[in-house]
Amino acid sequence: MFYIYCPHCGEHREEEEFHAKGQAHIARPADPDSCSDKEWGEYLYFRKNPRGLHHEMWVHAAGCRKFFNVTRDTVSYEIKEVYKIGERPSVVAAGN
Amino acid sequence: MQHYSGFGLLKHALSYHENWQRVWRNPTPKKKYDVIIVGGGGHGLATAYYLAKEHGITNVAVIEKGYLGGGNTARNTTIVRSNYLWDEAAHLYEHAMKLWEGLSQDLNYNVMFSQRGVLNLGHTLQDMRDIQRRVNANRLNGIDGEVLDTKGVQEIVPMMDCSANTRYPVLGASWQPRAGVARHDAVAWGFARAADSYGVDLIQQTEVVDMIIEDGAIVGVKTNRHGDIKADRVGCVVAGNSGVLANMAGFELPLESHPLQALVSEPIKPILDTVVMSNHVHGYVSQSDKGDLVIGAGIDGYNGYGQRGSYPTIEHTVAAIIELFPIFSRVRMNRQWGGIVDTCPDACPIISATPVENLFFNCGWGTGGFKATPGSGNVFAATLAKGEAHPLAKPFSMFRFYDGSLIDEHGAAGVAH
Repeated sequence: MFYIYCPHCGEHREEEEFHAKGQAHIARPADPDSCSDKEWGEYLYFRKNPRGLHHEMWVHAAGCRKFFNVTRDTVSYEIKEVYKIGERPSVVAAGN
Repeated sequence: MQHYSGFGLLKHALSYHENWQRVWRNPTPKKKYDVIIVGGGGHGLATAYYLAKEHGITNVAVIEKGYLGGGNTARNTTIVRSNYLWDEAAHLYEHAMKLWEGLSQDLNYNVMFSQRGVLNLGHTLQDMRDIQRRVNANRLNGIDGEVLDTKGVQEIVPMMDCSANTRYPVLGASWQPRAGVARHDAVAWGFARAADSYGVDLIQQTEVVDMIIEDGAIVGVKTNRHGDIKADRVGCVVAGNSGVLANMAGFELPLESHPLQALVSEPIKPILDTVVMSNHVHGYVSQSDKGDLVIGAGIDGYNGYGQRGSYPTIEHTVAAIIELFPIFSRVRMNRQWGGIVDTCPDACPIISATPVENLFFNCGWGTGGFKATPGSGNVFAATLAKGEAHPLAKPFSMFRFYDGSLIDEHGAAGVAH
């Protein structure tokens, strides 16, 4: 059971109030019309799936309904940090 | 290979069952193989078996980081069915179903395949429309299926609460009589034993730590215990860890790994002689031959490799099962566990060539890989033997995510996506 800190509400709440929304920091291509099929397919479907540190979006669905980012270990499930959309993570995997 | 039979059992009884041959060898790997299969689960072992049996390629190694069939093969809820909506998926799963029907004889190993039927319940009018559409599609593809109303469901499972007074009343179901369950461990062991008898080397407790790639083509793998092992072709069948292996080879896959949970109760007397699945209230249950109720939950929403799941998911599933079967409310649960499933955006697998020459992946089975074990191994073996996709595997290329020809099976995949 996760106990997640919502940076907008300023409180720790239980996992069931939140939904995981997948990999964070995916930029929409600036000009979709000029994308190749490969570039557009990668934007839509191809995801980082690391065994270790992962930066992902969560939404406080049953709370303030706002999105934020989480850095989490996908093996130990430990949440390393929580930060707002638009900010950069301070905990990053070696080599990134 | 020692042939198993009733007579053999009697013969060995005379020597107190002390002289049975080991079921497979424990070989030291050679320096080079024609084909290396990474991953010794059901799909990987089936691939090795069909490579040897149907394509005459016996210079094959299966490299497994743990023990054979110790991953998702040991962790699933053993349901086998083929009632998928779209032609591509229906043909693939029906191919597997036909192999299931002769598998125990083929392997000379009892996989306890029991065609006890599977019910997919409908609880809303839209559920029932979708069920009718899917059953019609199944029948056009030559797959058995019937649409049942509430009374029809009640006749098959009299103890299920089909009254109108429940929160989500059972309005009907799709019914596939040829579907059922199989003994999951026996499937891995049967394929392993049969592959070994053709001379396939099963290398356990050996982890692939890197891929050896020269000029854009794979030439072998690095392992933690046996150094470099060369191969002409490599097939990866590693379920939840597919993304990790793809990273070693320098590309990404459209997969995300999630924990999927199941739980079993204490063994009880026979009470449920079929498989009940419900997409809407989200749970599925069958009873094993040992007597325990086998209950499957959904995936956790977040990525994870922890082989354990979150408590709210279990609570949700158990609530759904109790809603359907109030009689189970005092059955005690014995064990709960999680497996790591690699889910694809369209809920269909990837059986495919990759950007690296001679490297092939069979992955993305998500929550429903067990039912496909023989079919998956069969088409992947053909793909590895010929170096190009088997006709049934062709629509499942990873490159479908570039050209948009997705096969949306979120509906027929039933639950848990």
